[in-house]
Amino acid sequence: MRKLKKFAALSLVGMLAASAFVGCGKKTTNNSGSSEGSGDVAGLTDGGKVLNIYVWNDEFINRMVDHYPGYVKVDDLHGKIGDVDVVFTQVANQDNAYQDNLDNTFNANGENQKNAKSADEKVDIFLAEIDYITKYVNSPWSAPISEYGVTDADLAKQYEYTKQAATDSNGVLKGVSWQACSAAMIYRSDIAEKVFGSSEPDKVQEQVKDWDTFAKAADTLKAAGYQAMASANDSFRVFSNNVTTKWVDDEGVLNIDANIEKWAKLSKEMVDKGQCKTFDLWSNEWNDGMKTSSNVFAYFGPAWLINFCMHASEDGYAAKDGLWKITEGPQSFFWGGTWILGAAGGDNKTLVKDIILKMTTDDAVMEGITRKDSDFVNNTAVNDKLAADANYKNAILGGQNPTQLFVNGLTKIDLSNITAYDQGCNEKFQAAMKDWFDGNYKSYEEALADFHKKIGDKYSDITIK
Amino acid sequence: MAQKNTSAIPKATKHANARVVRYNKWGYIFLIPFFATFLVFTLYPLVSTVYYSFTDYKKTIFGTMNDPKVVGLENYKYIFQDGRIWKYAGNTMIMWVMGFIPQILVSLLLAQWFSDTRLGLKGSTFFKTVIYMPNLIMAAAFAMLFFALFSTKGPINAMLMKFGWIEKEIEFLQYKWATRSLVAAMNFLMWFGNTTILLMAGIMGIDGSLYEAAEVDGANSWQRFTKITLPLLKPILVYVMITSLIGGIQMFDVPKILTKDGHPADSATTLIMWLNNFVESKHYGRGGALSVVLFVFTGVLSLVVYFVMYRKKGKGAS
Repeated sequence: MRKLKKFAALSLVGMLAASAFVGCGKKTTNNSGSSEGSGDVAGLTDGGKVLNIYVWNDEFINRMVDHYPGYVKVDDLHGKIGDVDVVFTQVANQDNAYQDNLDNTFNANGENQKNAKSADEKVDIFLAEIDYITKYVNSPWSAPISEYGVTDADLAKQYEYTKQAATDSNGVLKGVSWQACSAAMIYRSDIAEKVFGSSEPDKVQEQVKDWDTFAKAADTLKAAGYQAMASANDSFRVFSNNVTTKWVDDEGVLNIDANIEKWAKLSKEMVDKGQCKTFDLWSNEWNDGMKTSSNVFAYFGPAWLINFCMHASEDGYAAKDGLWKITEGPQSFFWGGTWILGAAGGDNKTLVKDIILKMTTDDAVMEGITRKDSDFVNNTAVNDKLAADANYKNAILGGQNPTQLFVNGLTKIDLSNITAYDQGCNEKFQAAMKDWFDGNYKSYEEALADFHKKIGDKYSDITIK
Repeated sequence: MAQKNTSAIPKATKHANARVVRYNKWGYIFLIPFFATFLVFTLYPLVSTVYYSFTDYKKTIFGTMNDPKVVGLENYKYIFQDGRIWKYAGNTMIMWVMGFIPQILVSLLLAQWFSDTRLGLKGSTFFKTVIYMPNLIMAAAFAMLFFALFSTKGPINAMLMKFGWIEKEIEFLQYKWATRSLVAAMNFLMWFGNTTILLMAGIMGIDGSLYEAAEVDGANSWQRFTKITLPLLKPILVYVMITSLIGGIQMFDVPKILTKDGHPADSATTLIMWLNNFVESKHYGRGGALSVVLFVFTGVLSLVVYFVMYRKKGKGAS
């Protein structure tokens, strides 16, 4: 009896101790980071029962629900295509949470996801944004688009820059997108009418055709009681997309482009003159600038900002009243963009191929997306058709058809200066400069020194001089 | 002498001793779960943190961890290279002191009132509960609440404008001292209830006859407080000081949520917020180095507090 008790007690203690060790295994798997150029290396197969798609918001989910033929919605994150269950895993983008989750999943699943707990957990599709797509196309986790049997001819109508962005260092295409994100200046037609005497895009464009003219227009607006922009951060992307050097050069040295510095200096002037504030983008104060009652003249953004972020369905917002119009602005630029990437080792090869073809190349689906969601799609034929269509009107823009403007903007997109460090550099630079704009740092140099410290914390492998 | 006689111990006693020893071992066995958990979750991480602080253990761009390679004092050099650690330590201490001084004063006063039977405060149980309540709210939620209250278009600005005290909204969080004061105020509100309860326990543990004797000798209430309550409360005060100090050094969630990155101009960045940057960028080497520095820092400060509070008593006793 005593022995039994002893045994029971000891084994309980043992179990407790053992359970404490669970999960302490150390993983030191190293990915080489290179991907092979050709051949069926991604290990794609067919016959999976679950199609796993990793996303950071519901944009692509809604695109699938609305536009993919045969998609049956079960609930917000689940659906069915034929016999296959579609499962969306949604993790927010902020603070790299989405990327961290992807990294952990892929590292746990191992090479071509051979170590996945079950076939149902293998990732089939994941999305990537312009800010970090370079990282994922150069990782071994994404499968070449050609391995799905998608040919160059299938993608012929897509804009060249969307392919460039998703091509890895060996020249292999690994992602496709349904949208193109050339962006422009979105301004209030009623304010333009009052201050500049005309709300016509061509006339307004003359007032803002370059940054010097824009600064003068801001003075005029201020004199009439209006703010040129909601926040200094609004124009940041316009400058940062028109840089001629990289944030981090090929030797790994941090570099501030002349255009970035120009943004800081112009913004400081504008903030001092009361022509814009220093709010974070997406903050409440920033959103308030979109109200009809606000005195903000312009925002900068692509098609998705107009249809997704300007509160088009809410009362009291200028978008609902159709008061916005769009023109190129001081410099054309692009902002964002979502790419569909196939995961290496996925087990729904044929289905993924069909989704790629339907959602990014099918003319009818593309036109449907433009008409229903006012997105600007990645299809030359559809855009040419819509640009010429006098009946295609955007209600938020008071009936203006922005298609031709976006098409023109695409020709100027230059991706040669994109690096994997851009998101961190952009965020930390804006944060440091905000303190200068607000007067908490005395000079540009002081703010720059702060930026250098913060970026050193974030990226330990770059050199700061 | 006894040792020499061990062989002479009667057999029965020896048997009994053996039984006691055998019985006692159960005590040790029941201690195993604690020690196992302690070893795995406290000691092992502690030792590995020290080890990693001398390596370049960090995340590569693909989210995998590289194999730790010993790099000597590189990480410590980084931590101390630009004097930021002193700035952040300063921020942390300033915000802690700004919160702690009102906290200890108000808590002492309340504890004295609540435990004074002659004062006979009505509804003290109710207020004891109320003052403890802010502590039950999650710090992050509390900080969000303050963020909303003091935002540019928030209710505080609206109220001040309605009273006509200000003409334009104040952007509270753009000012260094406003931001620090808000953090201090939040820490004060969250913790003064807890401190009051602790001090009350201490005061109620003091022998009532001492007060009676003092009264007989003609001491007034201030004298009773300074000559009896305070000296006898010292152990509790030291405990409150040290725990609050350690809590202060670990200040993180309130300023992080309120200011995001310690804005304006890094004036609200605490040491742990800095550490969090290394956790975010997954540079465990630098994170480890900062943690070790903090560990030493906390230890030294606790010792200083302890010896300062006990200095007089130590001299008096000898």
